[in-house]
Amino acid sequence: MGALMVIFSLQTKQRRKRTDSIEDELELSAVRHRPEALEQLEAQTRFSRKELQILYRGFKNECPSGVVNEDTFKEIYAQFFPQGDASTYAHFLFNAFDTDHNGSVSFEDFVMGLSILLRGSVQEKLNWAFNLYDINKDGYITKEEMLDIIKSIYDMMGKCTYPILKEETPRQHVEIFFQKMDKNRDGVVTIDEFIDCCQNDENIMRSMQLFENVI
Amino acid sequence: MAAGVAAWLPFARAAAIGWMPVANLPMPVAPSNKNKRQDELIILNVSGRRFQTWRNTLDRYPDTLLGSSEKEFFFNEETREYFFDRDPDVFRSILNFYRTGKLHYPRYECISAYDEELAFFGIIPEIISDCCYEEYKDRKRENTERLMDDLEDNKDSKLPNMTFRETMWRAFENPHTSTMALVFYYVTGFFIALSVITNVVETVPCGYMPNQRDVPCGERYTEAFFCMDTACVMIFTVEYLMRLFAAPSRYRFMRSVMSIIDVVAILPYYIGLVMTNNEDVSGAFVTLRVFRVFRIFKFSRHSQGLRILGYTLKSCASELGFLLFSLTMAIIIFATVMFYAEKGSSSSKFTSIPASFWYTIVTMTTLGYGDMVPKTIAGKIFGSICSLSGVLVIALPVPVIVSNFSRIYHQNQRADKRKAQKVQKARLARMRISKSGSSTAFLHSKRNGLNQSLELTLPYYKMKLSPQGSLEEDQQLKKTTSLLESQHHHLLHCLEKTTNHEFVDERLYEQGYLQTALQNFPSQSPSLSSEEGITGTCCSRRPKKNIQPLNATHTHSHTHNLQELSALHIQCGEQQPLNTSRSSLNLMSDESGSLNCKSSGLVTTAIISIPTPPSNNSRASPDAPSPPNPEAPPLLNPSSTDVVKISAL
Repeated sequence: MGALMVIFSLQTKQRRKRTDSIEDELELSAVRHRPEALEQLEAQTRFSRKELQILYRGFKNECPSGVVNEDTFKEIYAQFFPQGDASTYAHFLFNAFDTDHNGSVSFEDFVMGLSILLRGSVQEKLNWAFNLYDINKDGYITKEEMLDIIKSIYDMMGKCTYPILKEETPRQHVEIFFQKMDKNRDGVVTIDEFIDCCQNDENIMRSMQLFENVI
Repeated sequence: MAAGVAAWLPFARAAAIGWMPVANLPMPVAPSNKNKRQDELIILNVSGRRFQTWRNTLDRYPDTLLGSSEKEFFFNEETREYFFDRDPDVFRSILNFYRTGKLHYPRYECISAYDEELAFFGIIPEIISDCCYEEYKDRKRENTERLMDDLEDNKDSKLPNMTFRETMWRAFENPHTSTMALVFYYVTGFFIALSVITNVVETVPCGYMPNQRDVPCGERYTEAFFCMDTACVMIFTVEYLMRLFAAPSRYRFMRSVMSIIDVVAILPYYIGLVMTNNEDVSGAFVTLRVFRVFRIFKFSRHSQGLRILGYTLKSCASELGFLLFSLTMAIIIFATVMFYAEKGSSSSKFTSIPASFWYTIVTMTTLGYGDMVPKTIAGKIFGSICSLSGVLVIALPVPVIVSNFSRIYHQNQRADKRKAQKVQKARLARMRISKSGSSTAFLHSKRNGLNQSLELTLPYYKMKLSPQGSLEEDQQLKKTTSLLESQHHHLLHCLEKTTNHEFVDERLYEQGYLQTALQNFPSQSPSLSSEEGITGTCCSRRPKKNIQPLNATHTHSHTHNLQELSALHIQCGEQQPLNTSRSSLNLMSDESGSLNCKSSGLVTTAIISIPTPPSNNSRASPDAPSPPNPEAPPLLNPSSTDVVKISAL
């Protein structure tokens, strides 16, 4: 009986040691990232010094390690849309912000993206939107890509909507979009078609100016 | 909204630009932050200790004192700081809550002082983060129990208006209430002791009868003992009957452990009275007398410690079970081994494995009576292993039981697990409510205030020409919601516009869902054509279960119509937004919808009132204009208009 007990305790001790070492490894690999100097960011973006300070304080509060990985990004974005599932759209957004595609959004990426969105010219904003829709970054928006994007936007609504969300609603939405944008009816939307079409649409132009005063 | 989330709201709003090219409807107006201040440091002077923080930090929680305009009441004009005459140590935790989003409960703080501070600053205790929540709850429970005990002690002197029955019950439960109760308490205690001693002395050999061996006293002084027994049992019976009479819930009292002990204690006497004549069962009757020893358990009413001991044993049932189980395992193993080891030796006492059980038990508990000893060498070796392991097996669960007892004793009875679960459920529910506040708040403000702002979108160009007027209306709205909230709602509103669907709460969604389900149900019947008619527009083709549009331009009118006819609204106002956004909708359906809206203003809950198409024949055709559909069979007109009417209510 005693021998059994001794063997049992040895086993548990070994197992605990193994899990401890794994946890140690994870801790060591925590990333610490420091952004570029304030002056450099000021030069590269269109934000003033004070605005950058405010932005960084908020950013650092949420992500003390200095970078946002995709899961945190999804979590943060999901808090704004409690009724629906914002993870797919957040994924696309993350890819749009992560310009160097290294799997994490640093403060520079974040601030560059925001600079375009809030202080950029309409051309730049449309460019950014095109980049968002073009999931594989090949310069063309296909119907499948657009369908993914639109489905993710509808996902954010959740299921408790009026009118009830139907299966084919996103598809219809994609059809409308392509009819408007795809001038030469070749099944894809290029950047020029997109920008041309948006500049001719009053609604879109107006809504682009909507968030001027966000910061 | 949570702390960090407020900091990311500008980002979420900026990212909303990604929806704009996809949206088909114009976006609502963004809330203006006219009174936006540059972020500044504010000083909070709490009883002389100055805390400084950004204003934005405090604005994260607008429903607390520091986050709302309530703090202006504490603003000191001369020193330009906010002065609070409260405890600065506790304030540290509270301010950290704003900074980090987590509320911690410091262990050295008194629980009631902490509660008071939380209440003052408008923070609900359920927000305390998980790391400190257990501790907080334990301390809170201890405190309330202590308060209740104090209250009961104080209460005893008051309450003159109790019935005789209630007084009696309280006297029984708590003997310190009155002198009578105390007397009764001591008298019953004395008689319990007397009865137990009598039972014991009864069996002592008590001198010699002339020509017989030792007789126990009970047989020598039969009458005396019988009288004593009778007296005790009479007292116990009277006591039991009185308790039964006074108990607030007799059924519950009869089921309780103490009353069962009482009954078992006095029953043998009565059974003995009844069965004195019958010789056959007197043997059984004698064994019944052993139950008289249960009278000793009646002492547990008199001793708190005994009760706690019993409670501990009950709560340590799992540890005791483990002890028993491991002992049984060991006994069986060693008994088997000893039996086979001693099989060889002659005149061995180990005749069978069950016979070896006795040896194993005696050896493992280190009793060692010596009535059974192994004689072979193998037997001796295994016997020594047995005694060594016995010590270990018994020594292991005992500290667990001991620590359990001390924990329970010091914590004065831990609350039931069921109660804790209920508390946890309540806590989660409250947190969910405050979290879901954001989504319900949006729906709320939609129904109440935002209808106004939506009308602003209609003449959007008009707004551009006269910015002044719209800003005033904007201001009116902003009175009730904070800037953060209104920006968040604006974001959600943009999403609605992008997708051309609205957020609704669960109830409405379920009604709408049931409605569409009901709608789809009759589509199987011959009145399939009714589906066509209900859509209102000319669909010459036979629709499928969920109505497919014929061409894209009619998409919105189709879905709009179907939804208008099938879903239920509670408020008229909710119907309006879809009607006013006329960019691509079929005007006819709009008109009919809005007309119906204005005509009636009742609230309906009626899934019941939805007529199934065949039964509509009897209904008179209402005056509201139905969507033009000359091909539709006549039975449809009432149904469609009826349904329209319901949806407009």
